[in-house]
Amino acid sequence: MPKITYIESNGKEHVVDAPIGQTVMEAAVKHAVPGIDADCGGACACATCHVYVDPEWLTKTGEQSSMEQSMLDFANDVEDNSRLSCQIKVSAELDGLVVRLPKSQH
Amino acid sequence: MSTDEIKRIIIIGAGQAGGETAQRLRQGGFEGEITLIGEEPAAPYQRPPLSKAYLKGDLDIDRLMLRPASVYAEERIALLTKTRAVWIDRANRKVRVEGGRELPYDALVLATGAKPRKLPLVGADLDGVYLFRTAADVDRVRERFVSGAKLIVIGAGYIGLEVAAVARQCGLDVTVVETAVRPLARVTSPEVAGFFLDEHTRQGVRFVLGGQPALIKGSDRVTGVALTDGAELPADLVIAGIGVTPDIAIAEQCGLTVSNGIATDRQCRTSDPNIFAIGDCAARPMVHYDGRMARLESVHNAVEGAKIVAAVLTEGKEHTEEAPWFWSDQYDLKLQIAGLFQGYDRIAFRGVMADRAFAAFYYKGDKLIAVDAVNRPAEYLGAKMLIQTNRTLPPSVIEDMSRPMKELVASAR
Ligand SMILES: Cc1cc2nc3c(=O)[nH]c(=O)nc-3n(C[C@H](O)[C@H](O)[C@H](O)COP(=O)(O)OP(=O)(O)OC[C@H]3O[C@@H](n4cnc5c(N)ncnc54)[C@H](O)[C@@H]3O)c2cc1C
Ligand code: FES
Repeated sequence: MPKITYIESNGKEHVVDAPIGQTVMEAAVKHAVPGIDADCGGACACATCHVYVDPEWLTKTGEQSSMEQSMLDFANDVEDNSRLSCQIKVSAELDGLVVRLPKSQH
Repeated sequence: MSTDEIKRIIIIGAGQAGGETAQRLRQGGFEGEITLIGEEPAAPYQRPPLSKAYLKGDLDIDRLMLRPASVYAEERIALLTKTRAVWIDRANRKVRVEGGRELPYDALVLATGAKPRKLPLVGADLDGVYLFRTAADVDRVRERFVSGAKLIVIGAGYIGLEVAAVARQCGLDVTVVETAVRPLARVTSPEVAGFFLDEHTRQGVRFVLGGQPALIKGSDRVTGVALTDGAELPADLVIAGIGVTPDIAIAEQCGLTVSNGIATDRQCRTSDPNIFAIGDCAARPMVHYDGRMARLESVHNAVEGAKIVAAVLTEGKEHTEEAPWFWSDQYDLKLQIAGLFQGYDRIAFRGVMADRAFAAFYYKGDKLIAVDAVNRPAEYLGAKMLIQTNRTLPPSVIEDMSRPMKELVASAR
């Protein structure tokens, strides 16, 4: 199973096994990684699953949909590498992915 | 009771609100005992996908779970599934569960949710007539939910229309019977309802509006629905989506104040200071709407209640409430709603319905009170932010499509 590393804003790391086909958000929530609220459960309705994708992984994690882009436009502390983690599907290619979490999701 | 003296917290109802509360109590640093009592066989799960991806068969039950079942033990949360709480002894602060076991508490959280209304009709118990609230309900539906089957959905609320949309996508023949003259009558404006009516009609859903079901026909399994005007509609399966009633049985038993749900204050405290109530079963003053009491049925409201109660019981930072929000997915349309539209006297639009991407902004006087945004996430989030911060924008400004929503929001006061 691909491994994903989540790094909290305080530097704490969580390495998690992420099932292929699920989302980067789901893998975090299932392993109780703090800092991803995911209130809407992945419906792209809450923008509380914001992560920063490590720049070297940006091409592999794919393009943002226009829905995701607009949602992120209103999130706090958005950077060029911001994504909604519920919109990134885990694939074998993402083994080793590193994402950082914002200070707060609100 | 000061929070130092709270060593044992019991949560009744292991749905979205109950599950989130347990987890947020731990995240907030509560070290004492947490017992989460739930009647359903599964650990807390999310209901929204039930009428969307789960019905379609795109998700299995594990992916509905709020947390994997193993996390509860790891976090020392005693999760009692298939267990119904039947009695609350407020004087001695005990909860009795079916079978007679009594559990003491220092603080109690009621998160009992809501029960779907049964069709008040002869034949409602026939095989092939379904309610739509739990994963088990949907699992039962699935055996009949096959291409070509004739489905009658009774009730054109969000759940009914979502089921109709999935059914069309799965090749069923769909008729929606609604007693009101339009769909979504309780939850949105005639304009937005008209848009969804057109969309479903285009997708091949038939509507019987102003239709009064009189009787469900069939001897052992359903064969059709008879209406009061004499019409008869054939059916292989019938799904009732005629709303829910808050589950207040246990609150009434122990004498808490109840009116359209268990009444609470802003901190979700009931008329007994040691008992809180959250989620679909409870009504509380709406901070963004002059403190008017409302009982909401939404994921946001369930999560909000969990955050409020966890903050109170762990003496954490007081939770700042978001404006109410909700969503509904039908076909490729994502409807996102912020605020409460009841009492509006004016609508402004951004975008046009023909593009299948527009937002309806609801005003009461000068104040923006709600938005229905279809495939328009910026309008949804922008309006939500305005409502949350008690700001508004005149309709003429909102309607100016030459300026992006984000810029408008920044200019608002
Ligand atoms: C099909 C469907 C689609 C939905 N779609 C959306 C959507 O798109 N967006 C959205 O925001 N909301 C949606 N909702 C609404 C949302 O799911 C609910 O508002 C939310 O689940 C409420 O959470 P709750 O914990 O208050 O209640 P529930 O989830 O109903 O949980 C209450 C639990 O308590 C248990 N219980 C009750 N009494 C007792 C007792 N005495 N002892 C033990 N256990 C007890 C019940 O069995 C139940 O499991 C949808 C709901 C349904 C049914
Ligand atoms: S979980 Fe809500 S937008 Fe990603």
